[in-house]
Amino acid sequence: MNIIFSLLTIAVLIVLAVLGAGTIKLDFLFGIIFPYAAVSVFIVGIISRVIKWAKSPVPFHIPTVAGQQKSLPWIKSSKLESPSSTPGVIGRMALEILLFRSLFRNTKSGLIDGQKLVYGSSKYLWLGAILFHWSLLVIFLRHFRLFMQPVPSFVLMLQNIDGFFQIGVPELYVTDILITAALLYLIYRRLADAKLRYISLASDYFPLFLILSIAATGILMRYFYRIDILKIKEFAVGLFSFHPSVPQGIGILFYIHLFLVCVLVSYFPFSKLLHMAGIFLTPTRNLANNSRMKRHVNPWNRPVRVHTYDEYEDEFRDKMEDSGLPVEKSNSLERN
Amino acid sequence: MSESKLKPEELAGNIKYEPKEKDWLDPSVEFKHGVFNYSGIPKNVEYLQQPNPRKWQPTDKDWQLPENWKQIILEGLRDRLHRFRSLQIFMDICVRCGACADKCHFFLGSGDPKNMPVLRAELLRSVYRNDFTLASKLFGKFSGSRELTVDVIKEWFYYFFQCTQCRRCSVFCPYGIDTAEITLLVRELLNLIGINIDWIITPVANSFRTGNHLGIQPHGFKDSIDFAVDELEQITGIKVDAPINKKGAEILFITPSADYFGTPHYYTLLGYLALFHEIGLDYTWSSYASEGGNFGSFISHDLMKSLNAKIYAEAKRLGVKWILGGECGHMWRVIHQYMDTLNGPADFLEVPVSPVTGTRFENTRSTKMVHICEFTADLIKNNKIKLDKSRNDHRKITFHDSCNPARALGLIEEPRYIIKNVCNNFFEMPENTIKEQTFCCGSGSGLGTDENFEMRMRGGLPRANAVKFVKEKHGVNFLGCICAIDKATLPPLIDYWVGGVDVGGVHELVGNALIMNGEKERTTDLRGEPFSE
Ligand code: HEM
Ligand code: SF4
Ligand code: SF4
Repeated sequence: MNIIFSLLTIAVLIVLAVLGAGTIKLDFLFGIIFPYAAVSVFIVGIISRVIKWAKSPVPFHIPTVAGQQKSLPWIKSSKLESPSSTPGVIGRMALEILLFRSLFRNTKSGLIDGQKLVYGSSKYLWLGAILFHWSLLVIFLRHFRLFMQPVPSFVLMLQNIDGFFQIGVPELYVTDILITAALLYLIYRRLADAKLRYISLASDYFPLFLILSIAATGILMRYFYRIDILKIKEFAVGLFSFHPSVPQGIGILFYIHLFLVCVLVSYFPFSKLLHMAGIFLTPTRNLANNSRMKRHVNPWNRPVRVHTYDEYEDEFRDKMEDSGLPVEKSNSLERN
Repeated sequence: MSESKLKPEELAGNIKYEPKEKDWLDPSVEFKHGVFNYSGIPKNVEYLQQPNPRKWQPTDKDWQLPENWKQIILEGLRDRLHRFRSLQIFMDICVRCGACADKCHFFLGSGDPKNMPVLRAELLRSVYRNDFTLASKLFGKFSGSRELTVDVIKEWFYYFFQCTQCRRCSVFCPYGIDTAEITLLVRELLNLIGINIDWIITPVANSFRTGNHLGIQPHGFKDSIDFAVDELEQITGIKVDAPINKKGAEILFITPSADYFGTPHYYTLLGYLALFHEIGLDYTWSSYASEGGNFGSFISHDLMKSLNAKIYAEAKRLGVKWILGGECGHMWRVIHQYMDTLNGPADFLEVPVSPVTGTRFENTRSTKMVHICEFTADLIKNNKIKLDKSRNDHRKITFHDSCNPARALGLIEEPRYIIKNVCNNFFEMPENTIKEQTFCCGSGSGLGTDENFEMRMRGGLPRANAVKFVKEKHGVNFLGCICAIDKATLPPLIDYWVGGVDVGGVHELVGNALIMNGEKERTTDLRGEPFSE
């Protein structure tokens, strides 16, 4: 059901683009209004979400550590898995954000003969995730050749690396293959693994299908149905420099591509895609394991009821004295 | 009440990790005996001034919730979203990648898909989405939202008391989403409408009143320490001094109360007493703060604070310089990550310095409380105690990292260093089951009751399996650990799944190996078992 719902949604979106931009020629809406609106929603949405997160304080110092603490000087501490200083935390976070460190730890458990539990290393999710995200980043950056004139040098460099194999004309970008393969794998695993089928919501399939559709339309435009790249560049530079003009005769494929990107970008702040921002703020990872070295202050530290020593002694004084335990206020004089 | 009498083969036989296709938004649960805990008794709920004291059991149809229960929960949730960034972020960013799914011992031991950490959190997230986000309004059920109903509350009770707050899932999550944090907060919410369990409420009430979770009064506490002193004398020929509530001592020693009332904890206590005597430590016990363990941390931040307050208060009253803490798991989570924040600053104490070696424990310079393993490792490194490893030769030892020392402190090498210096036969369990990846005993966070026996055995399966592996491979017959709950719950677990492996503390092993000045010729270990030839 969830998967069908997601696929249907994508289909409806594509039909909307075809009808809107193709049939009734709402070029202005699809070419100019939507992109600006989507980016605005994205920026406002992300910022307000991050502000919302930041407004909730971190009352307690709760890193989850994955290595030896810094304690006695002769015990080697794990600076990246259990960092006790800020550089260590930055290192740990960089590993998480750039290399998905924790996902790399992944294992797969199995039960043999109903008795014996075994754990095997399982790196496919990590591999799929890394290939997908890095390809996405490279593809995103490569798009700046359309937005900017002159094309920034780092974009040219990326293009060269990405097109390293120099296969075909136009030359093949490796990331186009990788992102498609990675997305297909990520979709496949959600369908193939019973546990994942069980947990997956429509909002898990939807972004995968959406990004896959974006990638597919992009690939079609580049390798199969060549479109007029100069016109598109003119249009994109216009958008990017706030002098937009409605492009003429670009073709429906481009509108579908652009519209789906707009949907993705505006969907972002309302969905799990927020993990991109959230990963920076998660208190189990971005705090140093120095809990006993430095006091962490809780801004709302609430008063609670306590049972004071005096109350305790009042209740048990006789018994304490009888058993020879020292007390603050003796009863024994009165009792004798 | 009958508890599950399933044989191990039967219990493990039908575990499947491939859940059947079913919509998890359906909240129905069945309370079978053996897999849930009884409710908190009204007298103690009342004593603690917690909401809605009444007689009820999870098997009842009507849980006698307050009329406005739904409002209380939703407002409680809103309030916590504002107070805990962790909760707010964990609600928003899970991508349901499933990396955590098969990392939870309760899932591995039950195959129940709602025991996958991701789904456990989704039980709350689905309500969060419904009442706190736009998604549900736009996409309805497809957004995975659902209405908060009494059945959802029952489901929360069932599954959030099938999580031992061990944080193993958090190690594997790419964003560090910590189900233990979610569990604690949901238990807090449930407690707002009077839903809790007795093996949390009663220990909390006891700790509040008497200082320890067993409700032992001061004279009983003194008796048991005196008894241990006598017993140690019989074994070693040395009468040690064990002062209680002594003002002006240099160090306050806090340990879980099971150490002086439970077996096999007790042998660890003998180990402490022998060690402290041997190094001439100027320390004191406290009857007021006679519990290191903090059952409050299993149910609410406020109760955690209220029990924890005794430690600093007592240190101040007695005028000690710093605090030393015994072997315990969740006690150490609270001390390491919460105490200073909750009840500090401890500016009336000094930065701990070992009176024997002169080592300054820089890593504790703010909280001023040292873990006994840090302390003893330092003694050994500086050659301050004489040890005869061969006195543990009748033991083939493996070590179970307790969840909290491993994943909150990173206390991993200290106990190993000690063990390797007090015995000749040490064998590690497989690497996916130790250190930061350690598996819980399955009975932590208040779940270690008789009525919950089946679920405990299920949750402990991964740990037991790893013990069985080293038993078969190396002949291991002793499972060392540094946690009071472990010492209480691993023995029945190991008996159930493995058999023939004793459980005991690291300082029991230290006590066996420790050569005391003037001791009589020792023939037995602290359990009275003869040394091997
Ligand atoms: C700082 C940047 C980011 C980091 C560190 C990051 C990290 C991760 C990680 C660790 C996962 C889990 C593995 C997986 O399921 O693939 C994940 C999943 C995902 N990410 Fe990201 N991400 C980032 C940015 C983005 C962006 C910009 C997008 C898309 C617009 C995105 C889309 C996704 C999607 C769709 C999934 C789920 C994949 C699935 O369902 O299998 N991420 N991300
Ligand atoms: S590992 Fe983290 S992000 Fe992935 S499903 Fe579990 S909680 Fe969610
Ligand atoms: S904290 Fe431990 S018990 Fe709870 S869900 Fe995570 S792995 Fe399971």
